[in-house]
Amino acid sequence: MTVPFFELRGVKKHFRSKSTFAQRLLAATGQAPPPPVLRAVDGVDLSVMRGEVLGLVGESGCGKSTLARIATGISAASAGDVVYDGRPVVQLRGKERLDFLLKVQMVFQDPYASLNPRMQVHRIVGEALRVHRLLPKNEIDAAVDKALTEVGLDLAYRNRYPHQFSGGQRQRIGIARALAVNPDFLVCDEPVSALDVSIQAQVINLFMDVRERRGLTYLFVSHDLGIVRHISDRVAIMYLGRIVEIGPASAVFDKPAHPYSAALIAASPSAARRKRDFQPLKGELPSPLAPPTGCPFHPRCEHAMSKCREVRPVLQEIAPGRSAACHLHTSDNA
Amino acid sequence: MSLSKSVAPVVAANADTPLRTKVLRRIRSRPTTRGAVILLGVFVLLAVLAPLIAPQNPHDLASLSVMDNRLEPGSRGMTGITYWLGTDAQGRDMLSAILYGLRTSLLVGLLSSAGALAIGIAAGLFAAQFGGAVDAAIMRVVDFMLGFPSILIALVLLASIGRGVDKVIIAIILVQWAQYARLMRAAALVERRKEYIEAAVNFGLPTPHIMLAHLLPNSVGSVLVVTTINIAGAITLEATLSFLGVGVPVTQPSLGLLIANGFEFLLSGEYWIAAFPGIALVLLIMSLNLVGDRLRRSFNVRT
Repeated sequence: MTVPFFELRGVKKHFRSKSTFAQRLLAATGQAPPPPVLRAVDGVDLSVMRGEVLGLVGESGCGKSTLARIATGISAASAGDVVYDGRPVVQLRGKERLDFLLKVQMVFQDPYASLNPRMQVHRIVGEALRVHRLLPKNEIDAAVDKALTEVGLDLAYRNRYPHQFSGGQRQRIGIARALAVNPDFLVCDEPVSALDVSIQAQVINLFMDVRERRGLTYLFVSHDLGIVRHISDRVAIMYLGRIVEIGPASAVFDKPAHPYSAALIAASPSAARRKRDFQPLKGELPSPLAPPTGCPFHPRCEHAMSKCREVRPVLQEIAPGRSAACHLHTSDNA
Repeated sequence: MSLSKSVAPVVAANADTPLRTKVLRRIRSRPTTRGAVILLGVFVLLAVLAPLIAPQNPHDLASLSVMDNRLEPGSRGMTGITYWLGTDAQGRDMLSAILYGLRTSLLVGLLSSAGALAIGIAAGLFAAQFGGAVDAAIMRVVDFMLGFPSILIALVLLASIGRGVDKVIIAIILVQWAQYARLMRAAALVERRKEYIEAAVNFGLPTPHIMLAHLLPNSVGSVLVVTTINIAGAITLEATLSFLGVGVPVTQPSLGLLIANGFEFLLSGEYWIAAFPGIALVLLIMSLNLVGDRLRRSFNVRT
């Protein structure tokens, strides 16, 4: 097996709610408990192989976007390592760190918030090239035009402002901005969820075209199982800040190993099963401020055993290339 | 169905119209605002052209005739000129004095607002960008400044650094920058959470570049809009300080100082010495406030 070119090792992101001075005073004197910690991402191991599309799926609030921001270096992990090309990125400085930031690019969810409304399109796309002097001044325009052409935008639009474009076009501008710096890894944070369904298909196709042309690797974050199934080689299912199952997309979708994956897949609409009863997941995502003991999914799981309430299952291999974090699959299951 | 047909183009046109055009259109559509804009324009014009249009140079003692002191509005003086707004105790033509006073008042208002704006924007931007201790330090100073009545700060300051147009401007800057800082910080905090800032971070762009190219242009709008109203505030504060005798020097009278000069004659029936500068000041402040308020509401800024 080849060495993964991008890895997350035990990555955690904890947010502490801001306490007031009075609360800090009380906590210092032992009068009140310390402020609760929100575990948005709570120990994620993930390896990405060069050239693959890894889908990352989960409900709203499970930590997908936070994980995407850690992977791209936008925010720092509270614990654990982001490893790029065999080196932890926290060790990178100066030129090397910039190289990591540029090689791992992000495509954002909201095409209305992700472009500076006061910059013309060509300035948005060429900004990193210009500021970092990655190219001589007279070559920047050509590079910008190349990126715009690649995402299918008319060059006549290069002097327009973002508000003059539709959501789909804006998303293309966002992709062009990422492509302009020649990345080899694109982290896409729900890149089509804000778009109309008809536009979604176009943008998805664009992603796939670009991938083929440039040999890119994707981490594709989405809550739309249909899209993830369509484009992913492998898929990881996330629940409450942890990965509960990971494996080849076809295998996970056909025979989900984790009850949460199964419920998620059963709940997603599909043309083939439209006559069947809709099975909603019962209950709601527990608060990440106070996650349940044992397996975080046990309050909503129909297979929950007494062990699930006490012991947290770890992610372990259940078949070649497949892992799940569930007591139904642990070998010492009695 | 016919409703949706007739509504659609209007919505589309609205979405395409630049904000600037929309605001200009709204200003023109309101008679009050239009009047205020015209009045403000006239005031600025009069102030700029004062040396050319004033019948007399009130700073030039040689052209004054003490014999003409305290003449009623409309009376003719010894030198043959008509004093349309009367004269003061030194025989100065009130109309000329008001025109020159307008100059001083507007100059102080504009310069001090510009200074306060620059300091406030920088402070607010730094507080929003760096957060934590920087934010806390800047905002506690802001709270401290806003906690005192502005007139008190200005009085104490002027008492210690002395009089003069430049000193008054410094005092007003110190009083007003905190408001801009607070507004700028709030606007920048909202922008900072948007994804285009994250994209800039993702590109490893230097923090000063992110602040100047992304944060500043997108959050400065609301602050600029409030500036119009604050110019009025600055002019009022200067007038108050001059009236109290700690403002501009007698050699460069502002509207506030003119009112102060005429104050002692009010009870002896020579109303014009204080009343006409007072009316000019009221009209100037009113026009600035009307324009500023309309701008603020058009841009939907919360203060």
